[in-house]
Amino acid sequence: MSEQAAIKYIQAPLSAETVKDLRAGDVVRISGYIYTARDAAHKRLTEALARGEKLPLDLKDNVIYYVGPSPTKPGEVVGSAGPTTSGRMDKYTPTMIEQGMRGMIGKGLRSQEVIDACKEHGAVYFAAVGGAAAVIAQSIKGEEMIAYEDLGPEAIRRYEVENFPAIVVIDAEGNDFYKVGIAKYSKE
Amino acid sequence: MREINVSEVTKVVSQLCKDSCYYLPEELLAKLKASIDTEESPLGKEILTTIVENAELAKRKDVPICQDTGLTVVFMDIGQDVHFVGGDLYTAIHAGVADGYVNGYLRKSSVDDPLFIRKNTNDNTPAIIHTTIVPGDKVKITVSPKGCGSENMGALKMLKPADGVEGVIKFVVDTVRSAGPNPCPPVTVGVGIGGNMEKAALLAKYSLSRKVGEHNPNPQYAELEKKLLELVNKTGVGPSGLGGSTTAVAVNIEYAPTHIGGMPVAVNLNCHAARRAEAEI
Ligand code: SF4
Repeated sequence: MSEQAAIKYIQAPLSAETVKDLRAGDVVRISGYIYTARDAAHKRLTEALARGEKLPLDLKDNVIYYVGPSPTKPGEVVGSAGPTTSGRMDKYTPTMIEQGMRGMIGKGLRSQEVIDACKEHGAVYFAAVGGAAAVIAQSIKGEEMIAYEDLGPEAIRRYEVENFPAIVVIDAEGNDFYKVGIAKYSKE
Repeated sequence: MREINVSEVTKVVSQLCKDSCYYLPEELLAKLKASIDTEESPLGKEILTTIVENAELAKRKDVPICQDTGLTVVFMDIGQDVHFVGGDLYTAIHAGVADGYVNGYLRKSSVDDPLFIRKNTNDNTPAIIHTTIVPGDKVKITVSPKGCGSENMGALKMLKPADGVEGVIKFVVDTVRSAGPNPCPPVTVGVGIGGNMEKAALLAKYSLSRKVGEHNPNPQYAELEKKLLELVNKTGVGPSGLGGSTTAVAVNIEYAPTHIGGMPVAVNLNCHAARRAEAEI
């Protein structure tokens, strides 16, 4: 769990092998395609599942980014697009992981249920640097509307990303780097 | 008596909304830069470097530092010799917020009804307005948009006088520790002590409009600010809450007289993107 390890360059959607190779504390750059969703979209997705409906996107192996960007300025691909607080999605997350979702990008603490689901199904949770929204936006090269357009900034979009900067916080073995990192530097 | 047309207020508020969301206060940026050298965690150093790069990029491109451009908090010190003309002052402030957020490509995060409907107002109004009447004929406006990641981690406790300084220290440090990564550390810790319940909360929020590096003029409170900063930075929370020695850049305390039977304490955490812009009319 070295935090000085070299940067790992990975592709999304994530394969089972990629996930197995990731350790809590790893610094990564993600390239490929990821999907956006926050509270309102999660609510709709899980409600659709409960009704037995087909989802507007296949979650299998995909990474969901918890983000509600600022409006796009003319000439830009997206507005500022940093992570939002992940804990608000905890209630919906185990269901999504059961559906095959393999990665999440957000910021902040997750519940034990989410950690357990990561361990059981081989999923990972990445943190992006909260508030680094302008820098992060530079790694987003394309955007496509996928579903729930009426939700505005909360709609589900697909982002094409190149070297999206993130840090592995919860790995598929259930390690939580928030606990490890803070314990290491605590002087209390 | 000095007459000020409220359209002037609209213009100034609109500009301050944009400025505060694009440009981090200079003294805060300098402090964040300096903390790269003192941070003990290598990953923490990298995160701080990213945070500084981000603020510089936002300034260069005139884009929001953070996508959560918050609820808009407006503090107004109004000289008692000012007479506003040309319309209603609060309507003028809201119009300024709407103009700044719509034309400045800032995110609209305000919902009308907090519980049942939760419909976005689509222009970030209404602003949260705090006015104070002061001597003179000037108007000072401070706009401080604040996101919910940090606002959600605030806390208020009605401490007893017997809890004393130790009680205050424990409550402040516990609040920062349990907030962990959520308020996007390094944070500024705003503390309001005294008054009553709503006064303490307001003092905590108001203390965040202080410049980083300035202390409470009362030496005992200034000492406590320094001590709290030291203790908060021992929690190990660190940049982005991933461990490190830079959990906060400042602790600001404001205090007010209170009842013989009470000692309310409020803690309001602000993220590293502690946005603030001010102007005088
Ligand atoms: S806490 Fe602050 S920096 Fe973090 S996402 Fe919210 S507004 Fe942005």
